[in-house]
Amino acid sequence: MKKAVLASLALVGAIGMLAGCASPSTSSGNEPSPTPVVEQTLTVFAAASLKDTFTELASEFEKSHPGVTVSLNFAGSADLVSQVTEGAPADVVAFADEKNMAKLSDAKLIDGTPELFASNTLEIAVPRGNPAGITSFQDLTKPEAKVVICAAQVPCGSATVKIEQATGITLTPVSEESAVTDVLGKVSSGEADAGLVYVTDVKAAGEAVDGVTFPEASGAVNKYPIGVVKASTLPDLAAEFAKLVTGADGQKILAAAGFAKP
Amino acid sequence: MQQRSTLGGIPAWVAVVAAVGALLIIVPIVSLATRVDWPNFGALVTSPSSLAALALSLRTSVASTALCILLGVPLALVLARTSFPGKRILRALILLPLVLPPVVGGIALLAAFGRRGLLGSSLETLGVSIAFSTVAVVLAQTFVALPFLVLSLEAALRAAGSRYEAVASTLGASPSTVFRRVTLPLVLPGLVTGAVLAFARALGEFGATLTFAGSLEGVTRTLPLEIYLQRETDPDAAVALALVLVVVAVIVMVVTYGRREIR
Repeated sequence: MKKAVLASLALVGAIGMLAGCASPSTSSGNEPSPTPVVEQTLTVFAAASLKDTFTELASEFEKSHPGVTVSLNFAGSADLVSQVTEGAPADVVAFADEKNMAKLSDAKLIDGTPELFASNTLEIAVPRGNPAGITSFQDLTKPEAKVVICAAQVPCGSATVKIEQATGITLTPVSEESAVTDVLGKVSSGEADAGLVYVTDVKAAGEAVDGVTFPEASGAVNKYPIGVVKASTLPDLAAEFAKLVTGADGQKILAAAGFAKP
Repeated sequence: MQQRSTLGGIPAWVAVVAAVGALLIIVPIVSLATRVDWPNFGALVTSPSSLAALALSLRTSVASTALCILLGVPLALVLARTSFPGKRILRALILLPLVLPPVVGGIALLAAFGRRGLLGSSLETLGVSIAFSTVAVVLAQTFVALPFLVLSLEAALRAAGSRYEAVASTLGASPSTVFRRVTLPLVLPGLVTGAVLAFARALGEFGATLTFAGSLEGVTRTLPLEIYLQRETDPDAAVALALVLVVVAVIVMVVTYGRREIR
């Protein structure tokens, strides 16, 4: 018994060591390269809602910058902030709201002033066919309608609270999720009759959900900032990536996904 | 017996690698304790939302542990004592949640009990709705915790053997009496261990609950979900609550495994 425990401990240890060795060994610098192209990896941390657009932008960037690999890390904005604060090696950061960027700016972790590159508003997502017949924000208060929203702690939730305050309509959701994707999941699976998500989420969800726009949404606009991390080892390349996002090409890709101008 | 440090014949390098393995687990947990905002610890873990999450977690975990005992004792007995074709497959299926990612469990539960689920759609027409309710939390917890109870009780039943049961029945005791008077007292320590493990697993349930039950204060937002949410805006509260769960886990380990080591 004791031996078995020791053996399994040893195995876990070995896995840990392997994992530890695996990550830094990516620099394969011992092969003689005939081209003068320098292999560089630009690390971009972006809000989860930017997954599709930034994946496309990254491949654009790689095409125009030979030898550069863009490594993308998508997560909730607050998660990304804590990762960068803990010293994660990011070159560029892009968030779903200004509040999260302010946390990094205030901590003096951002080089210069972050730039706004897109904005997003809320839309009501309903399962295909709209079983509960939701046509307005007011309809979300129907007693028989199961409504799911984001918790107030996350960006989509604070936008929801803002709209509730502006309209004086208080929602009684069956669930307050910690990510907009969880709200969308509950709607697309038909568990909920309606959910408040971003315009871009409804667009990305495709067939599974229908969108119901409502005029009150303009009362809560989330603006997306992008910035270069001060600790970046590739500040010039990072600035170029930010320029691609704020420039004409980037804006075209963002607009196609449903993002509005900042 | 005298307790003395020896290598017991294993190579020294094995002990070194083993130490690395042990540290892999110990270092993060000790590090967590260093992150706690001790002066405000009390206030952080007693905020209304923390208390609501804690109360809900305790309530649901007790309920799911009771459900695990109710369903798990007969299950373990069937697996340990009977023989029928397909038993090995049945056991493998029952133990599946042990190795299944909890989020997969959540999706499976949705497929069964969700509004459009296999059983859920019939329940819905009867006016019973499970999703987004505390019942959903208990179901998710029972789903992931039941194998722990079945596994440790089945092992206890096999270790105890069936000799005493055979004697009791030759003396005229009915199967139910044998179960109540002989089998259960014999395997009680195994049952307690299983129940404590199931309770701990239920208390820590996150993935299946998030996917299947949702997250609403006082209804479905258990302690792990509260920690996950607090992390967004109040990392100090998240760390403080995390430590509460670590302490509970340590107590569980001491209760289940500590006794045997001391003996």
